[in-house]
Parts: sequence; C-alpha cells; structure tokens
Amino acid sequence: MALRRTQKQKLYRYTVYVVLIAIVLWVAFTANWAKLGPLFFNPAVAAKMLPSIVTVALVNTLWFTAVAFAGGLLLGVFLALLKMSSIGPFRWIATAWIELFRGLPAILTIFAIGFIVPIAAGVPGTKLGGPVVLGLVGLILVASAYMAETIRAGLQAVPKGQTEAARSLGMSPMKTTFWIVVPQGFRIIIPPLTNEFVLLLKDTSLLFVVGTFIWSKELTTFARDASTQNSNGTPLIMAAILYLIVTIPLTRFTAWLERRMARER
Amino acid sequence: MSTDLINLSAPTIDIRGLVKSYGDNEVLKGIDLSVHAGEVVCVIGPSGSGKSTLLRSVNLLEQPTGGEVLIEGIDVTDPDVDIDRVRTRIGMVFQSFNLFPHMSVLGNLTIAQRQVKKRSKAESDKVAKAMLERVGMAHKADAFPGQLSGGQQQRVAIARALCMNPDMMLFDEPTSALDPELVGEVLQVMRTLADEGMTMMVVTHEMGFAREVGSRLIFMDGGHILEEGDPREVLANPQHQRTKDFLARVL
Repeated sequence: MALRRTQKQKLYRYTVYVVLIAIVLWVAFTANWAKLGPLFFNPAVAAKMLPSIVTVALVNTLWFTAVAFAGGLLLGVFLALLKMSSIGPFRWIATAWIELFRGLPAILTIFAIGFIVPIAAGVPGTKLGGPVVLGLVGLILVASAYMAETIRAGLQAVPKGQTEAARSLGMSPMKTTFWIVVPQGFRIIIPPLTNEFVLLLKDTSLLFVVGTFIWSKELTTFARDASTQNSNGTPLIMAAILYLIVTIPLTRFTAWLERRMARER
Repeated sequence: MSTDLINLSAPTIDIRGLVKSYGDNEVLKGIDLSVHAGEVVCVIGPSGSGKSTLLRSVNLLEQPTGGEVLIEGIDVTDPDVDIDRVRTRIGMVFQSFNLFPHMSVLGNLTIAQRQVKKRSKAESDKVAKAMLERVGMAHKADAFPGQLSGGQQQRVAIARALCMNPDMMLFDEPTSALDPELVGEVLQVMRTLADEGMTMMVVTHEMGFAREVGSRLIFMDGGHILEEGDPREVLANPQHQRTKDFLARVL
C-alpha cells in the first residue's frame, strides 16, 4: 500500500526519534556510573571549588571578556572607518591589520604580544603591565580585526537612500553618520556582535599562554589546575556548566533578536 | 531670516548647460532649464533618459560634471557654497520614501529641524504636527515607518520635507513604488501643495497628474530635453517622433 507523503514524513521523523532515544539509553546503561560518578560529579571536590570558581574564576573570565570586547569594539569602529575611507593608505592599513589578525590563530597572537613584543622592545614583560595586560592586548587585537569587518558590513548595509534623505534635509555628513547611519548599522550588527562576545568569552581561556597568577586565573585555567591538584574531573564539568550558563542565554538572545529583525523588515 | 544670499528676482531653479557623465557614459548632455516661483514642472521620459539624474543634480545628490545649477541665484556647483544650507530650501521626495526606520513618524519629522534648523523640541514638534495635519497623517505621529502603508509613508516623507519650510520641492517618481490603489492619496497631497503655490519639479509617469497639475511638461530622451511646453499641448499634440512613440507606449 502506498503511503501518503505526510504519512511518509511522519514515519521518517518517528524513526529518527526512536533511534536517538535508543542511543541515549544505550550510553546511559552501559556507562560505568560507579566509576564515572566520583570522577566527574564528585560533591566533595565540588564543595572545595566553591565559592572561588565563581567569585574568582568566573568573575575574571567575565572581566577579561568585557575589557577585550570594549577594546576590540573601539578599535574595530576605528578600523571600519579606516577601511571605508576614500584615502588609499588608510584602507590598506586597515586591510593589512584585519587580514593579519584574522588569519593568525588567536593563541599565536596572544603568545607573540606576551613574549615576542617584550623581547623585541628589550623590556621585561612585567614592565609592560605583566601577563594579564599583555594577554588582554593580544585578545583586543584579535577581537578588533573580527569586529571591524562586522561593523563595516553593518554600516554599509544601511541603504544609500537613508544617507541621501538625511543629506537632502540639510544634515551634514557627520550628523548623517551619527544620527542616521550608525544607529541603523548597529541594529544590524547586534546579533553578530553578540556572537563575537561569546567567541571572546571562550577565547579568554587562551590567556594562560602568557602566564597567570592565582588571582588572575580565568575559568579554564582555574578548572584545569584544580583538576590536576585533585586528580578529579569535577572542576572541568563545573567550568563547562558555568560557561554555558553565560553563553546559552546570549546565543538565545541573538536568535530572538534575529527573529524580531526579520519580522520588522 | 537669512535673506543675505537670496536673489528674489532670479528663477527659483536655473540650470545652465548641465552635463553629467559616469566615465564614458554621458547621462546629461547639456541641459538648460529654468523653473520660476510657483511653477510645477513635470519631467517625463523613458528610463535611462536622465530625468532622475537631472532632478538629483538640483540639490547636488549628483555632482554635475559640467554646467551650473543656480538655486535662487546661488550656484550650488561652486565648491565654496554651503550646500547643506541650500538644501534646507529644497525639499526632496524619493521613489522609495527613505523614511528613517529607527525613528517614529514624529522623530522623522523633527530630527533635521532640531539638528539643522536648531529649533527647540516644542517648536519642532509643533511644526511636525502641523505638517502631518496637512498630509492627513496626524493620527500616525507615534507610529513607526514599518507600520505604515506605502502611500502613508510617502505622505509622511512629503511632510518631513515640508518641515524645513522649503521654497521648492523635488519629487523623484514619488508614486512609482506604490500599489495602484495608494497612488491617489499621494497625488492628492501633491496637488494640494501645487494649488498652494509651491514651486515643484516632478519626475513622474503619471500623465494625468502632469496634464491637470503641471504648468509645464518636459520630455527627456538620451540626456536631452527633446520637447517642452504646456502639458495639455505636449500630451495631445507631440512634435517629435520620440515623444509620440513614448506617449503611445505609456498612455
């Protein structure tokens, strides 16, 4: 008997559900929970992590992200304007900057700023602000390159008619940029900028390459060190949960914004 | 009032030998045209004839390659002229409305008043509401452009231009992007404006409007003004073959 198309689709969907549930159950039943439980979900180790995994590590991660984001945004706006300039050398500088820091692994950039720059300058790193500052500078450089492209795309996505309407009302180029183009451009780039924030949050875990102090450990480094000291995976699981508590609301927020903007169009 | 630069006896718009080219492509090949106070000049012609470029050259949205454009006696092609100041005297209405989508209707009407004319909030609100009343949109002052129909958006766009108290208005195919049933409300606003004595230059495909409201009709083709005269005359009795062919296709 031939199935109707909707019936076929339903049958297909239910098959997928059944297979997925079967896989989950198989993993749950075959896993050796007696061994895995104490290794990864150990209440005693978890109790030892609190509260510093939140009050030190998570707070550091958020601080580093905020600083890198703010710095990257400022530098990114500047680079985007350079890249849109009518003056050739300005555009070339911006393009070179963006291509360089987008093309390199973030960890290499951070490493270079942390160690190569002090050597090249002949000054010890501690005189240049120490590992935290140098690492953050590296992260800002990386962030600025990604954000510059996002910002440029956003500003250029504002229709030309908007500028023409503002200019025809007698508004100067500066006022047109400030009141008409930038507000609309930023509305367009809030979703990609939120994604950039999430990426940066995760990239703060690379700051360990320039060295850390006990007070400057971010989540990943904190959890890794604690994991080694306790020979236990629980701190890593806790760090993972803390990352997700921050990132999932942000990505959901982005998705919501995108849906709302799609409606407005 | 800033009368220092205005020469009242001059034509409102005086275009002399206007040339515009993009690379090798010459779009305007020497246009001479004067528009006097209170005139409604309608410009028609096939697409690519240069009619929009001509209109956009009047307020320098297009930078002319040659020739002069005098607005109330001031040559706007002179690099020393404060173009922003001249533009406040020239209202412009676009085919695609170009309302600012991030601002309410009232915001659209007050932003340039506040930023350019330096009017107080209370005063610019008052002017905005009066202009919305004129175009029958006072009830939508707090709406956002995205919530309005095309016809409503275009009426708001006209009100926005009027808020600067311009001496003349440019219309660049103001009804071409509208659904047929919304064309009438926009033309009605333009007709009222013309009746009140506004100097207007209108690029349009609405032959009915040109015939009934226009004081002069201009037919453009290939970057030239081919024919010019009383709208009823030109439409009923075109002299050039190109004009006849064009009118046969659109009427």
